[in-house]
Amino acid sequence: MYRIGIDVGGTNTDAIILDERHQLIHAVKSPTSLDIKTGIESSLRQLLQEAKIDKAQITHAMLGTTQCTNAIVERKKLAKVGVIRLGYPATASVPPYTAWPKDMVDILSGSYSLVQGGYEYDGQLLGEVDEEEIKALLDKWRNHVESIAVIGVFSSIKNDQELLVRDLIQEEYGEAFPVSCSSLIGSVGLIERENATILNAALCKVIAATTSGFIHALEEEGIKSAQVYLCQNDGTLMSIDYAKQFPILTIACGPTNSIRGASYLAQIKDTMVLDVGGTTSDIGVLQDGFPRESSVAVEVGDIRTNFRMPDIISVGLGGGSIVRVSDSGAITVGPDSVGYRIGEEALVFGGNTLTTTDIAVRLGLAEVGDKSLVSHLEEDFALAVQAQIAAIIEQAIDKMKTSSEDIQLVLVGGGSIIIPDQIRGVARMIKTENGNVANAIGASIAQISGQYEQIYIYSREPRESSLKDAEEKAVKQAVLAGAVSETIELVEVEETPLAYHPENATRLRVKVVGKMK
Amino acid sequence: MRYLDKTAIENISIGAAFLGTGGGGDPYIGKLMAISAIEQNGPVRLYSVDEIADEDFFIPTAMMGAPSVSSEKFPNGSEFVKVFQKLSRYLGKDNIAGTYPMEAGGVNSMIPIVVAAQLGLPLVDCDGMGRAFPELQMVTFNLDGVPATPMAITDEKGNIGIFETIDNKWTERLGRAATVEMGASALVSLYPTTGAQMKTSGVHGIVTLSERIGEIIASKNRDAKDKLEELLQLVSGYELFQGKIVDVIRETKGGFNLGRMNLEGIEGHKGGNMDVHFQNENLVAEKDGRVVAMTPDLICLVDFETLSPITTESLKYGKRVRVIGLPAHEKWRTAKGIETAGPKYFGYDYEYVPLEKLVNKAVADHV
Repeated sequence: MYRIGIDVGGTNTDAIILDERHQLIHAVKSPTSLDIKTGIESSLRQLLQEAKIDKAQITHAMLGTTQCTNAIVERKKLAKVGVIRLGYPATASVPPYTAWPKDMVDILSGSYSLVQGGYEYDGQLLGEVDEEEIKALLDKWRNHVESIAVIGVFSSIKNDQELLVRDLIQEEYGEAFPVSCSSLIGSVGLIERENATILNAALCKVIAATTSGFIHALEEEGIKSAQVYLCQNDGTLMSIDYAKQFPILTIACGPTNSIRGASYLAQIKDTMVLDVGGTTSDIGVLQDGFPRESSVAVEVGDIRTNFRMPDIISVGLGGGSIVRVSDSGAITVGPDSVGYRIGEEALVFGGNTLTTTDIAVRLGLAEVGDKSLVSHLEEDFALAVQAQIAAIIEQAIDKMKTSSEDIQLVLVGGGSIIIPDQIRGVARMIKTENGNVANAIGASIAQISGQYEQIYIYSREPRESSLKDAEEKAVKQAVLAGAVSETIELVEVEETPLAYHPENATRLRVKVVGKMK
Repeated sequence: MRYLDKTAIENISIGAAFLGTGGGGDPYIGKLMAISAIEQNGPVRLYSVDEIADEDFFIPTAMMGAPSVSSEKFPNGSEFVKVFQKLSRYLGKDNIAGTYPMEAGGVNSMIPIVVAAQLGLPLVDCDGMGRAFPELQMVTFNLDGVPATPMAITDEKGNIGIFETIDNKWTERLGRAATVEMGASALVSLYPTTGAQMKTSGVHGIVTLSERIGEIIASKNRDAKDKLEELLQLVSGYELFQGKIVDVIRETKGGFNLGRMNLEGIEGHKGGNMDVHFQNENLVAEKDGRVVAMTPDLICLVDFETLSPITTESLKYGKRVRVIGLPAHEKWRTAKGIETAGPKYFGYDYEYVPLEKLVNKAVADHV
């Protein structure tokens, strides 16, 4: 039994094979192609040719991809979306798409309607859904929209109206028509949740092409019976069907895969991870084996959203970062980099640009390229550059810390040779074998999760039974995503009491994780 | 007189959220409402208090209720004008000369801009708190005996009512009950005020001050320390602490969010510790076990790097912040002011000591 993991990064596409004991059998790294698809195909081919394993023994294939992120940033291949907001007459003061970049609104067609519906903060009815109103709207939109986003006021308390509207849409437009319900995507905060839901709806064509492309590439290589998964940004996997419903959850899965892979390689569940690439470094925190989530509204392609995202700090420092000395003698490192041209441009490879890798070689931290090409650099100068590198990392680490205690740091990524052994604030630095493909390893060892969030009123439904209810619903989500129900365990509970509420209302969020089928 | 454009509004929303001392809601929704109102109706005129006539009448409009509700169920947009006109008709005054904000805060600094834009009325550079407070009687007009009622109250569904109460604490009590029934967020117009009363009892220049604060915070490519220095000079404030939030304890009691956060010192305050107590707004700050700032003085939390204001709703483990103390408006430092919104009113057993004294005492002890 083998499993294959592929991670498509900005610079490289990594592919690996693990055996049933999660031992790394083989890994390949190749440049990410412009169309991504070709890069996946060629790295898969190379991997299988070199590994020489029995393809029939491959049971699982996982893909971590940046395609959805790129589609939003580049405004490409996005679907025309119709937005139905249930809540009129409330919420009309800020219509959908307010504060969106105009080019994005044009691409998505900008169609929206505020209709009756929604709930109050305590679950009482704000408005009833008028089926005729919805049907009239669908008549108008027929053949004009390719995907619909449904957002109900306080749908995080009750989402039956959103589901009712989804059923109406699929009655009218067919079962296969993509509908995104906000209650399944974001948390409380209507505008941010609506934005995330619209983006999710817009990604339906991208995710369909990505998943069918991946399955096709596997079949081309003779892998026909493997179960196929996509990586989510919380370090867990989703089935193809689930991914088609929630493509937005693939956004930022790359850094998550790296820190999960690092945790696996170092065999540590709670730690900070530094992943050094060619141009940037990502710092994340693992809590019980999973990445800590960001607590602030995150902008995706200039659009404010509130769906879950890993708490990652990126700094402009990598193995290809350019080192400069100003006229006054001040040393700067990055944020620009020679990127994938490092093999031609860095001094140790015979090029003309002084990079962080050259400094590492000069100081004997790494043995790449031709050492003699950097022997002219003064040792004091190289140490001064290294101090700059350490300072950048120290500052970023300090931002991620939650206490003043020194932390342990797992170091991964192709550019990690540039990081000095001593960093202030770090008690223990762990370098792992195979750390350069930590992201693909993270992709292939991920588990399946389920999440549920609702406002509970503890004076009516006691805390214990509220927790139980939320957990049951989260388990249902996990099973839907492909988890084996017996293996599911609770990994996260978050409780937030709501201001001014007379009856002790609390927003409760739980997350469960289980092994995949 | 001058005009408020989009940039001015963005800056006001940031500055008002800063003066909101953790309360007053997320400025995001408020800003979006105000910007779409001026996009439809054109820029709003802002008058200073000196430019208004003593005998003219002004009415503020504000949102009442839970900030966490208004981030999900926000207004229709027509209620602001409706509640404003309901009150003006009830008062029998057809020509209300303008409107003004009741408090500084992310949402309530913005609603009067929407009303001003929709009705073509001017906004007056004055409010009734100079910061944000949770209750309707915590207003400088109340300190001078101006009645809060008649008050008009409405919701997005179209329910509308008028209260006439025996005193301003009753306005809070009855208004709160109605607000909860209306879905924990309502729109109110109250404290109808003459120009003369605004001159005597209002906090002057608050819109301009908010804007100036917002400008400093939003300015790009500047060192946080430079920005902070300019900000502290502008508001006569003190940086009380630099820390990381290491614990947040919350409980819901009597319809309020009560809580306490613990900060561990960073950078210049390494080794130190601070507790900040809040009830929607930040109310008491204790450094190493000793009170260094208390209500009605302002305790503002801002992001360590960007200086963006942080609301108590979004407090979270691991956030790096600066705690800034600002002296309250002199009206709050009177006996009546302290009785209305001092530490004792909020249940803290402290005698009010002005911020400057506490800070100087701490410095003196240190030396």
